[in-house]
Amino acid sequence: MRFVRRHILTVAAFIVLVYLFIPVAVVGVLSFNDPPSKYNTKWYGFSLDAWTNMCGIPGVCESFVESIKIGLISTFVATVLGTMVAFALVRYRFRGRKTTNLLIFLPMATPEVVMGSSLLALFLNMTFPLGTTTVIIAHIMFTISFVVVAVKARLQGLDPSLEEASRDLYADSRATFQHVTFPLVAPGIAGAALLGFALSFDDFIISFFNAGTLVTFPIYVWGAAQRGIPVQVNALATLVFLVALAIVLIAQFVAWRRRKALQADMASRDADLKALSMDALSRS
Amino acid sequence: MVESRKVEDLHLRNLTKRFGDFVAVDDLTLTIPAGSFFALLGPSGCGKTTTLRMVAGLEDPSEGSISIGEQDVTGLRAFKRPVNTVFQSYALFPHLDIFENVAFGLRRRGVKDIKPAVEAMLELVELTPMARRKPKQLSGGQQQRVAVARALINEPEVLLLDEPLGALDLKLRRQMQIELKRIQMEVGTTFVHVTHDQEEAMTMADTVAVMNEGRIEQMGAPADIYELPETVFVARFLGQSNLFAGRRESSGSDSVTVAAHGQQFTIPNSRNNAPGGDVIVGVRPEKMTIVDAGDPIPDAHDRIAGRVVDVSYTGVSTQYLVKTSWGEEISVFEQNDVVGDQSAVGDSVEVHWARDHAFGLDGTGTSADDVESAMPVV
Ligand SMILES: Nc1ncnc2c1ncn2[C@@H]1O[C@H](COP(=O)(O)OP(=O)(O)OP(=O)(O)O)[C@@H](O)[C@H]1O
Ligand SMILES: [Mg+2]
Repeated sequence: MRFVRRHILTVAAFIVLVYLFIPVAVVGVLSFNDPPSKYNTKWYGFSLDAWTNMCGIPGVCESFVESIKIGLISTFVATVLGTMVAFALVRYRFRGRKTTNLLIFLPMATPEVVMGSSLLALFLNMTFPLGTTTVIIAHIMFTISFVVVAVKARLQGLDPSLEEASRDLYADSRATFQHVTFPLVAPGIAGAALLGFALSFDDFIISFFNAGTLVTFPIYVWGAAQRGIPVQVNALATLVFLVALAIVLIAQFVAWRRRKALQADMASRDADLKALSMDALSRS
Repeated sequence: MVESRKVEDLHLRNLTKRFGDFVAVDDLTLTIPAGSFFALLGPSGCGKTTTLRMVAGLEDPSEGSISIGEQDVTGLRAFKRPVNTVFQSYALFPHLDIFENVAFGLRRRGVKDIKPAVEAMLELVELTPMARRKPKQLSGGQQQRVAVARALINEPEVLLLDEPLGALDLKLRRQMQIELKRIQMEVGTTFVHVTHDQEEAMTMADTVAVMNEGRIEQMGAPADIYELPETVFVARFLGQSNLFAGRRESSGSDSVTVAAHGQQFTIPNSRNNAPGGDVIVGVRPEKMTIVDAGDPIPDAHDRIAGRVVDVSYTGVSTQYLVKTSWGEEISVFEQNDVVGDQSAVGDSVEVHWARDHAFGLDGTGTSADDVESAMPVV
């Protein structure tokens, strides 16, 4: 009983984690399945087929690569544009600044169905051929808002005297941006880019409306689900999860290494100080 | 150690800064001698930071000019001026370690082989073991020293310090005051130090300028300003003063007599700054002596009778509050060096002072009520 009381928080956290990761685990486990039919829903036997032959089912890998490509392009464009918008909104006073600030939020608040269908209407009206380009345009559009919000928050938190100090220390505007502003805002931009990529990669609704005959990974999975999902989809999904996990772990490891180095530095400094004060004592 | 170098005077001419209709700095003209430790002292909002920012080039003056020696720098951008600033909040770059913070200015100017210079500077501010730490990992006093080092390494003609000790606790402040003074003597650069702590200004600076509402009220050596304030504001802001508003009665060859509250006070001509007939007589509390009513009073002393309303013992001195017949409360500080009786609350006493210690201020347009309250204006 005492054990439970003392560890109740740990137990609760563990249960939540299990809850969060069971679906991922199921997907992962089933990626090693060997189903006789198309229905990969229960365990039949172990097989590495899906992993060794990931592109074995027509269309899976093409759609996966397509989604990665769309994600990278739209994230890049949205990050650059969004960062510039954020700088303009924070650094300059111009007519319509308040309105822009408000409008930037709109895409985040609009239901995806509405946004997807209105974009489709727009492209059709303009007789713009649907495909990769239209999906990228749509993705840029809804990622920009997230980038602007993230970078703006970072910029607003930036102490203006840091840039003044930089100017005071012989840095012109370019050098100030390069050596002070950008490095300080960069974590915000990187975070915004990661979020943007994730949003783009897994977007289904808006892409579905504007893809025409193009098949992105989410669209592929959706289509496959009608007929029974091939094991390769599980393998690809697990792969994506593993890559994301690796990124997080590497970030943690780097942070931990830095902390370690700092502690070592502090310890050596304390030793230095001790030596110094001993020295002072012996002199006096 | 950093070599002492030849530096030049800093001249401000008719320097004015307006924010909309508000005049933050009002027609400032002054020369700060090369190599001096100059303190700009004034209450909050009087325009000290604005003045410094104009000198640094971070704010454009509305009018007037700034020059260093012969060189007019008014139009120069901040990054071109031979001036560096220690910011009120230090403004250390959080993403760079201490070494890189200090090296920043040299790197931007493309100086080669900066390592020895940075190391010497860290040595000067005694932060060598911290070189690879980030600013957040330092204490307030250490951060302050980094800010000084980061500015000084550029060997500026003028170092501007905007309340650099404001964020530190009292003990550390005193320590850093001594430290800053030592560094200034070592490098010989002109320091312009902004503060609203009068004690800090007086202990550190060669020259103090007292600023009020965008103007310099008085400027000079700390002792000179303290001994002979020229305006009511200065008399109050720098230490305490007992002030009596009166009218000039007669002028002699070396002194004037002023009538106030039915009494006569004498001020040496050399210490009278009142041009007209309205004169405010001022006496510093520590220049006054308290005696029992009826006790003899030395020659050439003036006196006021009153009653003790408060006594506070502060160790080195005792501070009395004495109420005069016209209701003004005057402060008297006495050294605790006399053995025997001290005055107590309720005693009828006489307060007296040497006439040579009194000073006269311009009383035109000020009412007695404005002037005669014991509260300092801070
Ligand atoms: N950018 C600005 N816009 C409008 N008014 C300003 C601006 N900067 C300063 N002021 C005003 O100018 C006056 C002087 O400001 P300044 O910062 O120079 O005061 P200070 O003497 O440094 O005060 P403190 O001791 O509180 O730092 C203040 O009344 C302030 O409100
Ligand atoms: Mg200020």
